[in-house]
Amino acid sequence: MPSPGEALTQIGFGRTARRDRWWATPLSTFLVLGSFVVYTTWASLQGDHYAYGNYLSPFYSPLLFGEPPHAWFGPKPGWWPAWLIFSPALFILWAPGGFRLTCYYYRGAYYKAFWADPPSCAVGEPRSSYRGEASLPLILQNAHRYFLYLALPFLVVLAHDVWEGMWFAGPDGRERFGIGVGTLVLAANVVLLGGYALGCHSLRHLVGGALDRLSGAPARKLAYDCVSCLNRRHMGWAWTSLFGVALTDLYVRLCSMGVIHDWRIL
Amino acid sequence: MKATFSIWRGDAQGGAFRDYPTEVSEGMVVLDAVHRIQSEQAGDLAVRWNCKAGKCGSCSAEINGLPRLMCMTRLSDLPLENPVTVAPMKAFPLLRDLVTDVSWNFAVKKRIKKFKPRPPDAPDGTWRMAQADIERVQEFRKCIECFLCQDVCHVLREHQLHDKFIGPRFFTYAAALEMHPLDTEDRVEELKEAQGIGFCNITKCCTRVCPEEINITDNAIIPLKERVVDRVYDPLTRLLRILRGS
Repeated sequence: MPSPGEALTQIGFGRTARRDRWWATPLSTFLVLGSFVVYTTWASLQGDHYAYGNYLSPFYSPLLFGEPPHAWFGPKPGWWPAWLIFSPALFILWAPGGFRLTCYYYRGAYYKAFWADPPSCAVGEPRSSYRGEASLPLILQNAHRYFLYLALPFLVVLAHDVWEGMWFAGPDGRERFGIGVGTLVLAANVVLLGGYALGCHSLRHLVGGALDRLSGAPARKLAYDCVSCLNRRHMGWAWTSLFGVALTDLYVRLCSMGVIHDWRIL
Repeated sequence: MKATFSIWRGDAQGGAFRDYPTEVSEGMVVLDAVHRIQSEQAGDLAVRWNCKAGKCGSCSAEINGLPRLMCMTRLSDLPLENPVTVAPMKAFPLLRDLVTDVSWNFAVKKRIKKFKPRPPDAPDGTWRMAQADIERVQEFRKCIECFLCQDVCHVLREHQLHDKFIGPRFFTYAAALEMHPLDTEDRVEELKEAQGIGFCNITKCCTRVCPEEINITDNAIIPLKERVVDRVYDPLTRLLRILRGS
């Protein structure tokens, strides 16, 4: 609270006349996003327990090199340097990771939570200099649409994983249709990731936002309206899909480790 | 019921917050309380106001540290057990008490390329537009120019980059022109260079404080940023443009 004689301008880290808990949102973002980064890094470097029967962790899908039957190109390649830690996730995880890193929503959130730029609205910052996204390194955030191009095929691959998750090996070795809790977990993950990726601001622009006269392009108008509809809840999709993908990996990992049992529904 | 208002009193040379206890009642907004203080205790208190209905954009101030319209801030939404602070907008030069000089905004507006419609569609000099095309920019026309978005934007408020960055209000204005179905002017180069859209780091504070609930960040600034990416940063769209000869 300002006191008599206090300067009007509140320059300085954390200086503000706000009375609400302005620090709660950036702190929550810091803790949740930080925990996700730590867990993802740990899980992706394990190189183990990423598959359980017909289930495959989304952190490792598509599995380019790894355990059969999920691997596309066989086991660990012979050319992989012996001194370098091997994990199949290293081949692919940079693409969806880059998509989230350059996402317009996350940018605003982590600039506040991790860089205090600003810590919150109308709250003083720790630095006096500011370059924003107008120069290096943050000008590279403009590559977001390229990460979108890379992220969209992952949705197809993960949807295929759900399909694979519906075919369980029977006692005679033949595959039979079924649904387990894991199948539903994989499916929920695809829905959440789809809601997030298909509501992307760059996608909204590319499908129709770039046009000033959408009425002349009905298919693009429809696509624009659909993406805009998801985009209105982009923050919600961003967070739920973040939890979803981490929990899906955790579910497959715990099943694979024998900690929990996958219940069959059908 | 009594409440205390801690109001900034002073000018560009200096000043201080001064406490004013006053009687408040149900239904009052902050501007009502400021008027009561002005009439009963501080006749020389400078405050800019006009419509008292959230439509003129005159009574912008910082209430308990957040930029808000005084006429749209109900006392029932504020904790009255502590003094309510009322300060002038910090992004603009202070004239006196709660009044700031917002003329910089009008100078910025003059620098933005004006509306340049295509030739009329009909012999009587009129145009035809589809409602679907004009809907997008109608949202931006709701702006009342209260400049709360400019005040809360840290690029102006904290870093004082007024000479390099036009602020969220004028990105909204530029978006209303740039996305207009009749407009033929090109503002993309200016948005990147002279108007500094790259300085925006998407805090969404402008959207949060907008009394007209314009989705400034998602519907105006980010689409303009994407148009800059099309023009400047994306080699694929640049190649396509060359191939199309546009």
